[in-house]
Amino acid sequence: MNDLRELARKIRVLAIEAIYCARSGHPGGSLSAADILGVLYFEELRVDPTQPRWIDRDRFILSKGHACPALYAALALKGFFPAEDVRSLRKIDHYLEGHPDVKIPGVDAPSGSLGMGLSQGLGMALGARYGKRSFRTYVLLGDGDMQEGNTWEAFMAAGHHKVASLTAILDYNGLQGEDLVTKQMNYNPIAEKLTAFGWNVQEVDGHNIDQLRAALAAARSECDRPSFILARTVKGKGVEFMENQQVWHGSSTLTNEQYQQSLKGLEA
Amino acid sequence: MGDQISLRDAFGRALTSLGSIRDDFVLFDADVAGGTGAKPFVQAFPEKVVQFGIAEQNMMAAAGGFADTGIIPVVTTFAAFGTMRAHEQFRTAIAYPGRNVKLCCSHIGVDVGPDGPTAQMLEDLATIRAVPGVTVVVPADANQMLQALPAILDHPGPVYMRIGRSPAPVITPADSSFNIGKASRLRGGNDVTLIATGVMVARALAAAENLASDGIEARVINLSTIKPLDKEELLQAAIETGALVTAEDHSVLGGMGSAVAEFLAETHPVPISFVGVRDRFGKSGEPEELARLFGLTAEDIQKAAKSVIVRKKA
Repeated sequence: MNDLRELARKIRVLAIEAIYCARSGHPGGSLSAADILGVLYFEELRVDPTQPRWIDRDRFILSKGHACPALYAALALKGFFPAEDVRSLRKIDHYLEGHPDVKIPGVDAPSGSLGMGLSQGLGMALGARYGKRSFRTYVLLGDGDMQEGNTWEAFMAAGHHKVASLTAILDYNGLQGEDLVTKQMNYNPIAEKLTAFGWNVQEVDGHNIDQLRAALAAARSECDRPSFILARTVKGKGVEFMENQQVWHGSSTLTNEQYQQSLKGLEA
Repeated sequence: MGDQISLRDAFGRALTSLGSIRDDFVLFDADVAGGTGAKPFVQAFPEKVVQFGIAEQNMMAAAGGFADTGIIPVVTTFAAFGTMRAHEQFRTAIAYPGRNVKLCCSHIGVDVGPDGPTAQMLEDLATIRAVPGVTVVVPADANQMLQALPAILDHPGPVYMRIGRSPAPVITPADSSFNIGKASRLRGGNDVTLIATGVMVARALAAAENLASDGIEARVINLSTIKPLDKEELLQAAIETGALVTAEDHSVLGGMGSAVAEFLAETHPVPISFVGVRDRFGKSGEPEELARLFGLTAEDIQKAAKSVIVRKKA
């Protein structure tokens, strides 16, 4: 438990460091996803950093690809590549692209264009069923993904095909690029809609390790429904001046002062 | 030139014969197996079909994910949905990660006939060939289709293949192999080269016969891979005949003719006449009527050949 909290903290620190060095990147959604990524990579996912393309690995797709500074941080801490590499995020001569790319060790799917992650995860889960493989597939969705029609096609198909090895987690921080989700395009109520689409829906505090852990365990025990975990989160979580501030959704250049202040807030 | 067999019937036959000997692919369908020609396969191998309903964007991105598990999705739908509605899914979830997916689309060109403009896809070659790393294949007849399907399954990475709808003359021998990236010269001649693809190949052959009776010897090339181009064959045609006609059941904007012109403009520029649909939407009608309306007949190719020969001499 303490370990996971510490790992999530480290994910936040590395993500902020990456964004500071890149002079661009999305801090708000990276910080809101950090605890979810921590629980997934350090407890849930069956992955092997020495064989990133192992065919029977559990799959993880960051559908909200703009939060990749946090994903790269988690992959680095897991051992897929050196932690110092995150300092080269978005650089011309480096491999850590501004949005996830499968050439990056540990990245299972391209994203950055919202709405395609759940379908790719569905395809992986259907491939597992077809090939009689036992791996599970996890997709982390953002608020924006929930507004894309493609995502709803995937919800429909996963429910129809009863793809129980698929788990979608929504990083529900309620703020999108320009304003509140409820103002831009409100997709609530979520639970009712997805239950009707044939999903097992659970709601948790997305910063509570125990709740995340329990929901993932429940998802694993489902045998004929895909699982949806609505994780309520705080945009910018862990860096006080960013919390719940829409301005930190977008690609941001951090001043040295803001960077130091962020690190201070994230001190153990 | 004997039988008339539609390319989609040949596609269904090719799928079904491969279904009993290969375990490395599955069929992705969006409720149009009757239209794409895949129906016999769906009936013979229901366990090898993944059904997506009318939801092509999800089907396309899911194919990207499925391919990551080591089995090849053969994604089938109408070209309007496969290459335009789900174009970004094809680009980002399949082509960008270089996933092993075969997108096979029917309802291309005015060959579609009575269904009309919404189904007559005239822009697929333009939209798809612009995507990096994609192989684009257009069989000209049933025999080529039977060879092309196993060839694209054996070819790693994303492939797009066009499937014609209407009955088309069989013009290639049953035993000729299909080599991706290789054009085939169906007729010799040094006055002009007719470069054709898909259903236009048979019309180019007919045009060449007619031109011969006017004393013009036309070379005929079946360009069954639009990307990558057979550069050697095209360069040779440009050098040896000095004038080209391209013929495609597709818009002249961005299609096969454009691909040929892009290559030759940088290597060996010669006059080219483009036979294709001229910046218009299609129309309901019978395929032969539409070919006349849109200028896609053997006579149109002959006319283009004569005019390009004049430009060569000028």
